[in-house]
Amino acid sequence: MAARHTRPVDDLVGDLVQDLRPIRPLLPAGARALTWLAAAALIGLALACIAETADLRQRLATPDLRMAALGALLTAGTAAYAAFVTSVPGRPAAWALLPLPAATLWIGASGLGCLRAALDPAAEAHAQTGLGCFGFLTAVSLPLSVLLVVMLRRACPLRPNLTAALGGLAAAAAAATLLVPFHPEEATATDIAIHGATVLAVIALNGLAGGRLLARG
Amino acid sequence: MLLTLAPAPHFPIRSKALESSAQGRGGAAMALEEKLAAAMRAAQGGDGTAYGALLRDCLPVIAASVRAQGLRGEAVDDAVQDTLITLHRARASYDPARPFLPWLRAIAQRRAIDALRRAGRRPREVHDPVAYEAEIDDRPPPGQGLEARERAAELARAVAALPAGQRQAVEELALRERSLDEVSAATGRSKVALKVNLHRAIKALRASLAGGPDGRA
Repeated sequence: MAARHTRPVDDLVGDLVQDLRPIRPLLPAGARALTWLAAAALIGLALACIAETADLRQRLATPDLRMAALGALLTAGTAAYAAFVTSVPGRPAAWALLPLPAATLWIGASGLGCLRAALDPAAEAHAQTGLGCFGFLTAVSLPLSVLLVVMLRRACPLRPNLTAALGGLAAAAAAATLLVPFHPEEATATDIAIHGATVLAVIALNGLAGGRLLARG
Repeated sequence: MLLTLAPAPHFPIRSKALESSAQGRGGAAMALEEKLAAAMRAAQGGDGTAYGALLRDCLPVIAASVRAQGLRGEAVDDAVQDTLITLHRARASYDPARPFLPWLRAIAQRRAIDALRRAGRRPREVHDPVAYEAEIDDRPPPGQGLEARERAAELARAVAALPAGQRQAVEELALRERSLDEVSAATGRSKVALKVNLHRAIKALRASLAGGPDGRA
């Protein structure tokens, strides 16, 4: 194996000492996750200005929609927290499992909603909204993903793909939460399939592209 | 002149000496952890002197971590320098409320794995597969350097514990391999006295090292 560093280690130590500047330790993972969630909430507030909030209360009265929205919100929070924790060296990768219960609630409640809609003939009227959902989810996930990657780069993610994929899950779940006021009450199987595919695409894109960006950090 | 010592007798595994040695090692590890954590906190505040000392104190820890991953020779030096550079870039991610050594070891292990991956990606041309398979790897096995260093440290402690005359005889005659005439002229002691001191010193070393924690001679 050929040596990549040809100078003595003492020289490197001297250079690093020369380059030393006072630095403030990063905030705890919880505080950083809350900061990111606050940014997501700001996007939500901006969207609330154009959303039809009159129907929102009625939609949230449906138990499975309410549970799906709660599951998505919890997934966003726990995935963001797990991403920030795994971005610090020495913290266990098992933190990546943290969003699993919330994601199970999210997926389960969405599936229940799909089942309910399948039994309701009126649901077919809304089957054309799928492409709109795809556009909404990607448009909201993108800035949230970028913000998360920028914040994660300040740490030192030693498993960049895992951390970035968790960030993708957080961004997609936050976008799905913000989608609730815009989505019709009856989610069809096509809607759910498009939502699922979009979320997976956002996670995969973050895991690959975000992982590369974090690995360079 | 070579310093030869008798093979050690076997000792029961759970001897008092072993337990006290384990406690001693645990205490030393704790002291190192506290020392490095304090230096890192000072470095985050911009203290260059503490940072230089920290980086130098980290070198054996990093080298042990990367060797444990299976790196050898120049690759160890490369991974040590990569780890130092990562430590420098990621120093904001160290949380002063948490232990320092797991943080450092995680970075060192990751940089060692990166080095192994780079080496694995490098194409190898094998013209003679039989000779390639039959080639003996004469490099030291993993961990040998650490054991040698531990043995050297143990011997140094035992030599330091000798009375002054005996210590001088061992250092000059056995370790520096100077002749009796030279040492006699330099120290003003007679050759007979030097020989007697060397003989007693070797006897004392044999007794103290054979009665060491793991009975290693």
